Amino acid sequence: MSAVTARDVSKIYTQGDVKVTALGKVSLTVETGEFVALAGPSGSGKTTLLNLIGGLDTPDGGEVTVNGMAFSTMSSGDLAELRLTQIGFVFQSYNLIPVLTAEENVAYILRLQGVGKKERQERARAILNDVGLEDKYDRKPSQLSGGQQQRVAVARALVSNPAIILADEPTANLDSKTGDSLLQMMREMNQKHHVTFIFSTHDAMVMEAAKRIVSMKDGQIVADKTKC
Amino acid sequence: MYTQLAWRNIWRNPRRTAIILTAILIGVAAMIILAALMRGMVGGMVDNAINNMVGHIKVQHPDYRSDPDISHGLSDVDGILKALKIVLPESARLTRRIRIDGVVSNARESAGIEIVGINPKSEIGMSFIGTAPMEGSPITDSDKNGILIGAALAKKFQTGIGKKLVVTTQRGDGESGSRAFRIRGIFHGDMEVTEKAYIFISLPAAERLVHEKESATEIAVTLARETSSKELTEFVMLCRAVLKPFNVSVYGWKDLLPAITAYLAMFDVFLLIWFVVIFIAMGFGIVNTVLMAVYERMREFGLLKAIGMRPGRIIRMVMGESLFLLMLGCAGGTFFGLGVTCYFAKTGIDLGAFSKGTEMWGMSRIILPVINAGDILIANAVVLLLGLLVSIYPAVKAARFTPVETMRQS
Repeated sequence: MSAVTARDVSKIYTQGDVKVTALGKVSLTVETGEFVALAGPSGSGKTTLLNLIGGLDTPDGGEVTVNGMAFSTMSSGDLAELRLTQIGFVFQSYNLIPVLTAEENVAYILRLQGVGKKERQERARAILNDVGLEDKYDRKPSQLSGGQQQRVAVARALVSNPAIILADEPTANLDSKTGDSLLQMMREMNQKHHVTFIFSTHDAMVMEAAKRIVSMKDGQIVADKTKC
Repeated sequence: MYTQLAWRNIWRNPRRTAIILTAILIGVAAMIILAALMRGMVGGMVDNAINNMVGHIKVQHPDYRSDPDISHGLSDVDGILKALKIVLPESARLTRRIRIDGVVSNARESAGIEIVGINPKSEIGMSFIGTAPMEGSPITDSDKNGILIGAALAKKFQTGIGKKLVVTTQRGDGESGSRAFRIRGIFHGDMEVTEKAYIFISLPAAERLVHEKESATEIAVTLARETSSKELTEFVMLCRAVLKPFNVSVYGWKDLLPAITAYLAMFDVFLLIWFVVIFIAMGFGIVNTVLMAVYERMREFGLLKAIGMRPGRIIRMVMGESLFLLMLGCAGGTFFGLGVTCYFAKTGIDLGAFSKGTEMWGMSRIILPVINAGDILIANAVVLLLGLLVSIYPAVKAARFTPVETMRQS
């Protein structure tokens, strides 16, 4: 069973009287454990496709399936549950909760899942250790660098053991050294936890790190290459 | 963690939180102070009225209220007193009085007045005249020529202690009777109108004036101050039962003071309306603050929905923040309100400057606020419940943000 299947998905936005096709009948299949980059310039439809795969947005046509579950048959509550348990998100601008510490940010998703306090703490600390933030448990986002914040965001995405992690331009706000280090870490997580990673990027360094590159342009997939 | 998050969220913008907390604090404190003040005023009105020759229970001839004449006096006063003592508690105080309309005059002035014949000793603790501040000396129980007049009347008549006044009234035989009295004392009442309304002479002097012996137009009963409304009703019923053979009317103070009784019945509703009015002003502040906090954190709510938080939980989170704000404001407001009320309960609020207005309503010049636990509970409940109610709107707004929309807007 594929981790993600998008079949003929399309998305049209209306800007005033003008209809803009963000995605036009795109089909994509990602297998479990893949490390896939959605590459392309701004406006190519990468983020839109990622949002549709993550159930954050609904397609105007086509069907998205994650681990065999078709979104069209799910209620908004079921979709929320799916996002909580099966999908991890990493955003371009980290999106951490500013009033919570690094550990609390990571543990928050476990709290939503109803995990007990002790287990939350253990799992949050273990994953923060994995991303190299063992000495930053009690730091708030404002006390962390951009790279460290993005590591916390990756830890938060990983802590609930999701099947898929969707990362929208995760290195866009980082310098090349920090971005490279983050990519190494994501690669390690992919190999260690066999988590499927799908990320959007137009960063050459990220594309180099990806095993499979799906190139997009004007809302269409124009190339799909897997490295040997 | 939800509680922790809500607590930290309200302190994200300390200045804004401080402003809204101050608004809630002032609102709650105003409710408590206002309620205590109004209760003090109403309590004062009731005490004044009871103290102003009314008492808790009064026994009169059935026709006396419609025609307050000596011919409508009580017969067998001693028998009535004995019967009352059987049913009333030992702490109850009884006194008989002769109250008749008349005219008082001197060489300069004359005025319509209520002549009250009293046993001065038994009036202590029963009516204001027993303990009123006085210039000169009080009259004695057997004083046949002495009279007490109010300071306002003395001023109007340009008279003083030792001077004479002539009192004229209708006697028991229907003829007009006059007697001269010498002013023994000039009393000061809580209200100027009291000082002009009554003159006091001893009961024997009143009996001589109206040519009636062992007479009384009323027997007044004062019960312990803590007697509840229910107990009072029961005592009135008992008195009516025991005095049935005497052909008299027995009234509780609520029967004698219908305006105050009606006001008391409406008082709690007035108070609740006041609370809601104060809250409405405060409610806009609460909605505005919570709404601002929600719009500032649109992206965060989008994120929370993206990671799988259900809308219901977002509503609970925002409502939790409101609850914290409201609880803090209520606690501070209650503390502050109680502090201010306790201070004025000790010192009193002097409304001497508005004494004409306060007297019109039968209120004292000095208002002593009265703290009532029920008012504090209702004030807090109104703010908490309505505060949570108005917070539903911003909370639902927060829950309706979609992740894609918030990411795009920010």
